[in-house]
This record gives sequence, structure tokens and C-alpha cells, in this order.
Amino acid sequence: MEWEAVIGLEIHAQLATNSKIFSGASTAFGAEPNTQACAVDLALPGTLPVFNEEALRMAVKFGLAIDANIGRTSVFDRKNYFYPDLPKGYQTSQLFFPIVGEGHVDITLEDGTTKRVGVTRAHLEEDAGKSLHDEFPGMTGIDLNRAGTPLLEIVSEPDMRSAEEAVAYVRKIHSIVTSLGICDGNMAEGSFRCDCNVSVRLKGEEEFGTRTETKNINSFRFIEKAIKGEIERQIDLIEDGGRVVQETRLYDANKNETRSMRSKEEANDYRYFPCPDLLPIVIDEDYIDVIRDNLPELPDARKARFIEEYTLSDYDAMVLSGDHHMATYFETVAKTAKDSKLAANWVMGELSKHLNQNDTTIADSPVSADQLGGLLVRIKDNTISGNIAKKVFEAMWSEGGTADEIIEAKGLKQVTDTGAIEKTVDEVIANCTKQVEQYTSAEPEKRGKMIGFFMGQVMKATGGKANPGAVTGILKKKLDALCD
Amino acid sequence: MFDKTLAELAQGLENGDFSSVELTQAYLDRIAAEDGKYNSFITVTGEQALEQAKAADEARATGNAGAFTGLPIAHKDIFCTEGVRTSCASKMLDNFVSPYNATVVNKFNTAGAVMLGKTNMDEFAMGSSNESSFYGPSKNPWDTDRVPGGSSGGSAAAVAAHLAPAATGTDTGGSIRQPAALCGITGLKPTYGRVSRFGMIAFASSLDQGGPMTRTAEDAAMMLNVMAGFDPNDSTCMQKDVPDYTADLSKPLTGLKIGLPKEFFPDDLNPAVAQQVQAAIKEYEALGATVKEVSLPNTALAIPAYYIIAPSEASSNLSRFDGVRYGYRCENPVDLEDLYKRSRGEGFGPEVKRRIMVGAYALSEGFYDAYYKKAQQIRRLIKQDYVNALNDVDVIMGPTTPHPAFKLGEKTSDPVAMYMEDIFTISLNLAGMPGISIPCGMTEGLPVGLQIIGNYFAEEKLLNVAHQFQVATDWHKKTPQGI
Repeated sequence: MEWEAVIGLEIHAQLATNSKIFSGASTAFGAEPNTQACAVDLALPGTLPVFNEEALRMAVKFGLAIDANIGRTSVFDRKNYFYPDLPKGYQTSQLFFPIVGEGHVDITLEDGTTKRVGVTRAHLEEDAGKSLHDEFPGMTGIDLNRAGTPLLEIVSEPDMRSAEEAVAYVRKIHSIVTSLGICDGNMAEGSFRCDCNVSVRLKGEEEFGTRTETKNINSFRFIEKAIKGEIERQIDLIEDGGRVVQETRLYDANKNETRSMRSKEEANDYRYFPCPDLLPIVIDEDYIDVIRDNLPELPDARKARFIEEYTLSDYDAMVLSGDHHMATYFETVAKTAKDSKLAANWVMGELSKHLNQNDTTIADSPVSADQLGGLLVRIKDNTISGNIAKKVFEAMWSEGGTADEIIEAKGLKQVTDTGAIEKTVDEVIANCTKQVEQYTSAEPEKRGKMIGFFMGQVMKATGGKANPGAVTGILKKKLDALCD
Repeated sequence: MFDKTLAELAQGLENGDFSSVELTQAYLDRIAAEDGKYNSFITVTGEQALEQAKAADEARATGNAGAFTGLPIAHKDIFCTEGVRTSCASKMLDNFVSPYNATVVNKFNTAGAVMLGKTNMDEFAMGSSNESSFYGPSKNPWDTDRVPGGSSGGSAAAVAAHLAPAATGTDTGGSIRQPAALCGITGLKPTYGRVSRFGMIAFASSLDQGGPMTRTAEDAAMMLNVMAGFDPNDSTCMQKDVPDYTADLSKPLTGLKIGLPKEFFPDDLNPAVAQQVQAAIKEYEALGATVKEVSLPNTALAIPAYYIIAPSEASSNLSRFDGVRYGYRCENPVDLEDLYKRSRGEGFGPEVKRRIMVGAYALSEGFYDAYYKKAQQIRRLIKQDYVNALNDVDVIMGPTTPHPAFKLGEKTSDPVAMYMEDIFTISLNLAGMPGISIPCGMTEGLPVGLQIIGNYFAEEKLLNVAHQFQVATDWHKKTPQGI
């Protein structure tokens, strides 16, 4: 039997407004609990919401970026349920008339083909606070700093058929919201979260299988793992004669498995109705046109430009343009170094390696784009070799500072003085009589490969600072002279 | 001194006949001596009142007094007052001291008013008799065996018993006008969006509106001058200029067109009420008005529609009272569900629970279209009825209530009978238009109220029409025995 997965995603993107969606409190992350919760956020009696129009602008930007219908009249509704970190006892959201209607994005699959994924809708809502279970034994702490942070909930069509497609879609949405500057995209801090609806069916079937929803997965890697695991679990279950139950599941990253959180029967009746404290949001064409005219470059356009402007390969352009921060970083490095290929190699190579190893993002990179550009300038002007540059980068990463400061402080400046190099070469030849003999007695066409040994010795003796081109030339000249 | 209107007291302060401290102290003494009979205050704020009075006297001494400086008033205990218990007459908020002021309270403070205290009301403004108050019912000063009406019964009783020259109230289905009628005072429900709702604890957000409860229309105009106006903290508050509501009070009523909706004079209307209201309308004709019959055909649907919409909104608005952050919390909850169930079960009274249940039911999946959506459709029809009627006439008049004040306990066992009390007032909240109730007669020692309804933002017209009646008659000057 051949199975097919059907995947639809709900992404919650925290909008990067300075203040909350319905109050003036700050949205900054990481403050002391309950220091960024005002009377409105605490749902004190008598308080009322006032809509933050910046959130509207951001939602409209997103709608335009995915070629969606913009709701000319959108309405806030109340979604009623009790939870300690939901202070009002309802979440203000948009059910009946969302700000963003149907749209779509194109994702690139592994085989290079493009697939269009439908976006059903995207609506504005407020985030809840956080329940803290570990800090107070036997009790639950409530931190309402996050309560009222604006969210854009982006709901996809069930158009994805594999975990890889799902991740490609999430990356695309991530890329769009960060490029638009409407979300910082920080998944670890919960600024960008994903709920995955997964079902399986036999290939060729029309009907969808029963779906499960796996909530709040906070990295691209976990999304892929969670979906893969859930697909396997459902297939195993059905093949063993079981039945998938419609339920909400939680992904446990430590165990790499999903587990049941609540079944449909336990689900709330949210008693949605239009929020009487907020007026419908009515926007006109002019409002939309102004936003459209000021949209920044979007990921697809940027990728095309990277190929054109920096003569990058399709793959390099995709990687470098996909993440807004990475694209900006790359462009700064390329412009400073005046060498796009070198910049691409370093951003995708050394920098990405360090980011991954340290589990950090390019936005938080300890080496700035200007600093990396400065390093590459020193490779280009032969001040240092590529190998030395890696050492300098290492130092920049761990200790900070510019390339020039580190090269100077550590004395890593490349030796291009041929006199000094000749002296070292002479010493190496004098010390390695056995290898010199092998060289001189070898067939001339094999000598080229043998020169690497001497090269290594010279580099070792100079601490890697000798200009590799100059060393090769001098070595060749002196060794070949011995052969005659 | 206690029979003086706000306007007269303002004159007295201006003339130096008495200071605000003297005036305030006199009222505080009177409340201490007399309110045992009426239970019209939940909290008396003597100390703060005297501080405010002192500040007002100082402002006057330095030439910085405004029209309201030094005048004492009371606030319905639904308005949040910083540092003062704001209970909404509920056990749920018996321990709640607000950390902020409602916009209306701030406006009065800025105008130099003195707050005597917080008045009794039906719990969370749900009721028409004041009997649902956690603090016990307020009593009608005309007959303390009778209800003062509700939900702003404490404010009405306090003004009628001369324990405060004026008070604030709120009106969701008649909660200013009905107690004003039953206690023989003047009560104005402004246009929805005229007065900020920020800091006014929500019952039904799309219907709630704060307004003045006073002895005269002139005083109501003075109060509204302070209360009305745009508030950036309330998205439903209108960005519309506030006129001087006292400016047009004296305009003659020649040519005024009064509409009498036949639906407001049903066959079973209390005959004495009908007779007093008809007499008042004769008085208006004598003042130069003409009268014609109009129709509000959907009036009978107002109560059923209201009792879907208001409880629906209330069921959601009152969800925040969950025992987690403030207010009543049950003893020793075993788990979260127990905390919710017992805190709410023990903290809310029966009428509040009844409305939460009705509202939650009306909004639940599968019933929403049949109840909430249908009720909103009816609401539009009712609004259209008023718009149509007011195309032909300047104001609409009728009785405020179907009969005078009833006995305490008379309707507590029959919620529907209680709901019918608001038959003439409730449709106006659904339409969002302003209405005022003024005393227009007496029957068996109890006051009768005349309701005057106008178009959106026609408060000036209503106050003018009410004031001219009060210039021509003495009904508003009647005082309960022993006061």
C-alpha cells in the first residue's frame, strides 16, 4: 500500500510592533514577569481595547506579499475560553471577516521544481500570557508580558504532501515575514510558531483521512521531525488495524515523538461573537495602494536579483535570499569585499557553520557583516591567506574585534617579502635531505605533487603567514635547480 | 441647603454663602445620619471628599474655579475609582480596590467635583430593583418598603433622599431612566458613544452608557458638560464636539413636534401612569408643541432581543472574574477547574449567574444563528423604527415605566416579570439613541416618570424640552415625606 500525507499548517507570527495590539504596553521580549502588562493586559474591570493600527499595516503588507484578497472590512471576534494565562477569559481574534483572505506562495522542492501552496486566510489576534510551572513548586505562575502581543495567524490550505514540503512552506513564510520586517522570525523566543495538521490517506484517494494537530513546534528541524514522526505513527496505526483519532498533540523534542494533549471531545465551544468593544476595521484602496507602493523587496524577487547581480548559482541564490537577515548580511559582505562569490562562500560556509554549532541566528551573529567583509578584503589584497583567514574569523567570533585588529595583534600578516621566504625555503631544503633526494630522483611529471610536502614545511615554519603563491614559485625554482 | 440643585449650589459657592468643605461636610453628616434608611451608598469616601473639597476651595480662592468646582456628587459603584473599593455591588469585587480612575471619574475630578462615595446598584448592573446587590437593596425614599428601581437604584435613592445633589448612573436597558422615574428625579441616558465607557465595568458593551442622575434637567446639562466627549481609551466613543448643554435650555418649545408611539400606551398600562403622562403632554401642548401618533412596530420584540444580546455580551465580559488575578477566590481550590467553578459559583449572585448561563447558551455552537444573529437582526429593525418615527417628529414621549415603584420582593421570584419593567426603556438602548426621564406626576404618593426620546446626539434638544417642562411645573420639586 502506498500512503500519502496531507499537511496543512497554521503559523503564528508575532508582529514586530512596539506596543501591544490593544494596549500601549511594550512588546519587548525577556522583561521581568508582569512588568510589561498594563491594566488592559491584566483585564482589570472596566478596561477597554484600543486597536494598534501598526498591526493592521503589517497584516496588509503580508496580504499583499502573498497576492491575497485584503479584507476591506474586517471584524474582531471574541473566542471565549478559560485559561489562567488568558486574562479576559477570551482571546480577541478574527473568525468571520479576517484581514487577509485567500492568497498563495510558491515553494521550491528538492528536485528544483516549484509548487504553489494556497493560503486560506491570515487574521489578526492577540497572544496569551505564559504559565510558569517550574518556578513555583506546587503552584503555577502567570506572566502576562506576552498577553496582547499582536499575532498574525496564517492558515494554509492542506496542500503539502511531505514533511519536506511543509518545511519549505514554513521557510517561505518565514522569509516573507522577515523580509517585510513585520516579524523578527525568532523561533526560539516563540515569535514564529507553527501548528501542523497532518493526516494520511492511500495514494489516489479523494477523501482526507482523520487529522491530528501538533502544536507549537519551535524550529524548522522539529517541524520536519514532528511531521515525519506523526505520518509514520498514523500509517503504523492504520496498518495495525487502528484508527486515527482527531486530537491535539504535543511534540516532545527530547523524545522526538508527539503525544496526545486533548481529544476533539474535550475541545472547547469557543462561543465566537463579534467583539462589541471594537469597531469594524474599514480600509480603502488608497490605504492599500500606499502600502503596496512601499513594499520592500520580497524573497522571490531578491533571489532573481542575486542570480543576476551577483552571478550566483540558483542554489546559492536561494539559500542566501531565503532568510531576510542572511540576505542583508550577504549583500553587505559582498559589497565590502567587492567579491560576491567569495562572500557567498564565506556566508554559506564558515559563518553558517559557526551559527549552527553555536545554535544562534545570523541576526545575533557576533561577527557583523561589516567585520566579515573587512576580513575578506584582507584575503583579496593578499594580507592573509584563506587558511589564516579562518583563524582570524575564529578569533573574531570568540573574542570580537575587526580582522585588522586581530591580524595586527597576532602578527598574522602574510609574508610576501621574497628574501624572507627564500631564507626559510633554503632552511627547509637543508633540513629535509631525504625528501629532496626523492624529489630530484623522481620523474619530472611527478614532482609537481611532491612539492606539497615542502610547501607544508615552509608554512609550518612561518606560522602559515607566507604567501602561498610566492612560496610555490620559490620552492619550484630552487628544487628544480637541484635536479640539473 | 439639601434641597438645592447643583446650579443653586454652584451659585452659593460662587457667592461665598458656604465653602465646598462646609457643603461636603454637611452632606457627609447627612449620609451618616440618614442612609441607614435607604442603603444608597456602598462606600462613603469622607476623607477623600474633604480633601477634594479643600482643594476646590483653594482653587476658588486663587480664582481658578470652574462651573463644577467644589460641587459634591456620588458615583455609581460601577465606575472605577483609584484607591477606592469598586465593587459593582458584587461579592466578586467586594475586595477590589481599583488602581485607576474611569474616564468619567477623571473628568469630574479634573472639573473640581467632590466625590461623596460610591452608590448601591444591582449586581453588575443586572436588575431593575436594586435587589440583586450583594450589599442588600437600596430603598425608595418615597416608601422604604418599595424598590428604588435599578440598576442605578442607589444613585436615584441618594438624589431623591437629598444625600447627594447629583450622581452618575449607567443605563444598559433603562438603568438610569427607570430608577429616576421610580424615585422622582431626572435621569438622562445619552447617545451610545457620547460618554466614555473606559473604567465603567462592562455589563453589555454595545448597550452600556453612563449618564447623569439629578434633580433637574439643568443639573443634568451641567453634569453632561463634564461627562461627555471623546476618549482615546474607548474605541466606541464618538469623536464629536461637545456643545454647552446648558446653552439651549431656555429655548421656547413653540412648534415642537411630539410623537406618541401607540405601542407605549398599551391597554394594560397602569391608568394613573397613563393619565399623568397624558397630562404632561397637555402641558407641552400649552407650551406650543404639537402632538401626533407615531409607531414603533417592533417594540414587542425589544425585550426578547435584549435578553439575548445583553446576556451574550455579559457572559463574555464577566469571564475575567475568574479568581486568578483579583477579586473573590474560593478557599482551598483543589485544582484549576475547582478554582474557576467555586470562585465564580460563590462570587456571583443568582441573577448574574442566570444571565451568564443564558448568554453562554445563546452563543453556543449550533444556536448562534437562531439566537444571537436573529437578535441582532431585530435590533436593526428596532433602530429603523426609531429613525423612521423621528423623521416626522422632534421627540418621542411616553411613560418611562409601566407603573410606579413596586414593593421589595414583589418580583424577585419571577425574573420575566422583572424584565418586563424595562419594556419602555430597553428598545432605546438597542437603537443607541438618547432618552431622558423626568418626574411628571404622582400617584398614591409615588412619582411617575415621563420619558422623552430624541435622535442621535440630540441631548441638547432633550434637555431643553425637559427643562421647559420643569420651568412650567413643580413635579421635580416634590420631595418624599420626612426629607
